[in-house]
Amino acid sequence: MTQNWPLWEVFVRSRRGLSHTHAGSLHAPDAEMALRNARDLYTRRNEGVSIWVVPSAQITASSPDERDPFFAPAADKPYRHPTFYEIPEGVRHL
Amino acid sequence: MVAVTPETGQDRALAAAFEAAVAADERVEPRDWMPEEYRASLVRQMAQHAHSEIIGMQPEANWITRAPSLRRKAILMAKVQDEAGHGLYLYSAAETLGTSRDELLDKLHSGRQKYSSIFNYPTLTWADVGAIGWLVDGAAITNQVPLCRCSYGPYARAMVRICKEESFHQRQGYELLLALSKGTEAQHAMAQDAVDRWWWPSLMMFGPPDDESAHSAQSMAWRIKRHSNDELRQRFVDIAVPQSEALGLTLPDPDIRWNEERGHYDFGAIDWTEFWEVLKGNGPCNEQRITQRRRAHEEGAWVREAAAAHAEKQARAHAEAPAQADADAAADADADAHAQQHEEARV
Repeated sequence: MTQNWPLWEVFVRSRRGLSHTHAGSLHAPDAEMALRNARDLYTRRNEGVSIWVVPSAQITASSPDERDPFFAPAADKPYRHPTFYEIPEGVRHL
Repeated sequence: MVAVTPETGQDRALAAAFEAAVAADERVEPRDWMPEEYRASLVRQMAQHAHSEIIGMQPEANWITRAPSLRRKAILMAKVQDEAGHGLYLYSAAETLGTSRDELLDKLHSGRQKYSSIFNYPTLTWADVGAIGWLVDGAAITNQVPLCRCSYGPYARAMVRICKEESFHQRQGYELLLALSKGTEAQHAMAQDAVDRWWWPSLMMFGPPDDESAHSAQSMAWRIKRHSNDELRQRFVDIAVPQSEALGLTLPDPDIRWNEERGHYDFGAIDWTEFWEVLKGNGPCNEQRITQRRRAHEEGAWVREAAAAHAEKQARAHAEAPAQADADAAADADADAHAQQHEEARV
């Protein structure tokens, strides 16, 4: 039916000052149609001021497994967080 | 997708991880390992849901050209367009499970996947548009709100979006019925007749009673469903009864009364023979809905083909090197210069 129209991921910027966030996906024959369809599908109630469409096949993803060692390096570095440091009582603006 | 039964140690570990994640109320995402039965169950439910949205456009679209005012017409068009949108959100979500859009549509057109039986009833009067909004969308919302916490991430996210949009659908229906109920005697009677016809089918939308529901127990264990059919049906009745009173309309069930002890409204027995008949394809409009759906699909084929041909042509033009594009631009510039000279010559 869709003549194997490719799948596109749709990202919508809800208002100026915010980044684009993933809204969903859709099928379309080309980028222009993907944009038009995305407008009709994901912004019927002023949900956006800007849309990106990206061919789903172009996205490179990490493994979804939460135990993936890919993210392990961040786990043992609590000193990257401000709460790691002890500051004397009463010291302000720090 | 390969069917995996937890036979090897690794499979057992995957199955255990899946069960633990679901039990901990974590969401399952498309690339996670999941039992084949979970995948199949989700495809069945999400496809049925998507098909319902698409088929559901028909009974209401039936009244667009005959809406009594421009205001009502604009509202109804927006509502029917939303239903199309909801169908598309759900098809996309279902596709994340490895089922293609074409396959889903094929199964709808050939009757191998179902849509909600409610859409096999006809919309006989304008008041039916109101009754559908109030009762059918009301029942759908009662069903759908808990699905926003469904264990499958893409389904839950689609439902969040859908639920946000559904409340307009229910309110416009209620307002429409209220206007008729407060109108002339004939308008009031038309509203009452619509409610009389849509009440029982709306209660059937929650599916068979818990002890006869084929998939309920497993779906609840997997946290696809959060509440049983009967529980949701009761919730809907409790909400609808006071709403009917405010409308000045009655519900066609003499057994409805407040039960102080239970803290719920009691209601009469549902005629399940009718439900099973409609489900089997013997409802008033089963044939008509599927025929119309197939026709729309076939008659739209040329649009899909044209769009694909255009996309292919554009892609080929792009592929034939930017050099060609530069040459085109140069030719355009030449043409502009010529035109300009021509203009000057004429002056």
